[in-house]
Amino acid sequence: MDARLGFSAAPIAFDRPHAGTVAEPVVRLRNFVRRFGPNTIIDGLDLDIAPGEFIALLGRSGSGKTTLLRTLAGLDEVRGQDVDVPDSRAVVFQDARLLPWKPVWKNVSLGLKGDAIRDRAEAALKEVGLGHRLDAWPLTLSGGEAQRVALARALVREPRLLLLDEPFAALDALTRYRMHDLVLSLWRAHLPAVLIVTHDVEEAIALADRVLVLDKGRIVAEERIAAPRGERSALSGRLREKLLSHLGGGDHGADVLRFGPLAEAAE
Amino acid sequence: MAVTTWNRQGTGRSASRILLERIGGRWLSPLLLLLLWELGSRTGLIPERTLAAPSAVIGTLAQMLLSGELPSNLLVSFARVAVGLLIGVALGLALGLIAGLSRSGELVVDPLMQIKRTIPALALTPLFIVWFGIGETPKVALIAFATIFPVYLNLYSGIRSVDLRLMDAAKSFGLSRWEQVWHVVLPSALPSLLVGLRYALSVSILVLVVAEQINASAGLGYLINNARDFMRTDIIVVCLMVYAILGLGADWLVRTIEARALIWRPSIVEQ
Repeated sequence: MDARLGFSAAPIAFDRPHAGTVAEPVVRLRNFVRRFGPNTIIDGLDLDIAPGEFIALLGRSGSGKTTLLRTLAGLDEVRGQDVDVPDSRAVVFQDARLLPWKPVWKNVSLGLKGDAIRDRAEAALKEVGLGHRLDAWPLTLSGGEAQRVALARALVREPRLLLLDEPFAALDALTRYRMHDLVLSLWRAHLPAVLIVTHDVEEAIALADRVLVLDKGRIVAEERIAAPRGERSALSGRLREKLLSHLGGGDHGADVLRFGPLAEAAE
Repeated sequence: MAVTTWNRQGTGRSASRILLERIGGRWLSPLLLLLLWELGSRTGLIPERTLAAPSAVIGTLAQMLLSGELPSNLLVSFARVAVGLLIGVALGLALGLIAGLSRSGELVVDPLMQIKRTIPALALTPLFIVWFGIGETPKVALIAFATIFPVYLNLYSGIRSVDLRLMDAAKSFGLSRWEQVWHVVLPSALPSLLVGLRYALSVSILVLVVAEQINASAGLGYLINNARDFMRTDIIVVCLMVYAILGLGADWLVRTIEARALIWRPSIVEQ
């Protein structure tokens, strides 16, 4: 198989500027466990994220992906666990979570310390194409605009780790594609490590260097995608099928396997 | 202008309704009532000792304004409300913050406030007279006591109903506890607090009316009591009007504050 177009479970170079350099991982989780009462949400999970790496985390609802993201975001207590997360991190949530009583630029600069805060907020907003909405009230923004403000709010902090929690799930298809392009260009410009949580296989394939599938608190599949981001439509069919079968897990997975040969026969 | 808008919307309206709106709309029936009242008084159907005629009331109003009798007594009443409200709102704010922002504060403060709530403020009048005599103190104390609770309860519940998702966002950006309170908790409790403030203002005027019946030597209540003794129904009606205007003024005050403080809300933004 042509490695440039293909995908493989073996580690190969990513298509990013400093590919091949071996650096300390930004995020390092070892045998991470999270329980709520009798329910084990995350069950012995290992995870390394390299600096500047773009990771997509796929999982059904209840697979533990939100819990994992909350841990990486520092929102949950991780006392006594082997968890390394950089202090310099930022989150974009599915709902933009802007403070409605602060104008856009104050939302972006929330919690920033130092001089020229408004200028920094303005620069970040210009980067996401919202330089003209500096003083707008968040409740007057469209869903896509609000999400772009949330991106600016995350980026103005120059994070080493950018966490995206299904950030585009509530947007229409066209806006979603635009946001994909925006996220990729911002990632190329700032090179944070990115972890995007999503349930959309296409989105994962379109964006990530590496796709992880989480099921019942464990990583059940890992795929590295070497193909450049513009040329992935060719491979997305088979990869999509493979990821979906992992996503399906249990009963649904069996269905996929059973119907697989039938589909081929039909072709 | 109003007429044209009505006509545009009112394709199905009857001719009589359009005519009514043309003549005076919502002002029509109150004016008619005033007219009937005046007619009743002029013809002797309504004796003056029962109710003075509107024209007599207006005359008395002008006279009381010019003599300075009304302004000076209004000022006394206004000062009572202002001082009482200041104390009551300040205490309500402090207690609401304590109970809203800390669990142990809630454990200490909330049971007491709930007990206090079951006692109607006005029922304390006799006790306050025993404690504070019949001067200004019991009047102010009654107003303060009655206005604590609406402020307390609305601030407390406003703080507690803060959107946890916004709190998570603030935490994820590394805001300290104090910054979270300042940037997220308090602004989100503000609409609720303003509702409490509006309640407190209307309660304060209600309590003022009763409190001023306690052996007052000045103020609107004093004017009413005097007028009652001399069966001057015109003065009583003037004072009732002033109470109504005080209530309207209080409402206007809070709405002005709301329009400035809650400018971010879409209903206000779109105007």
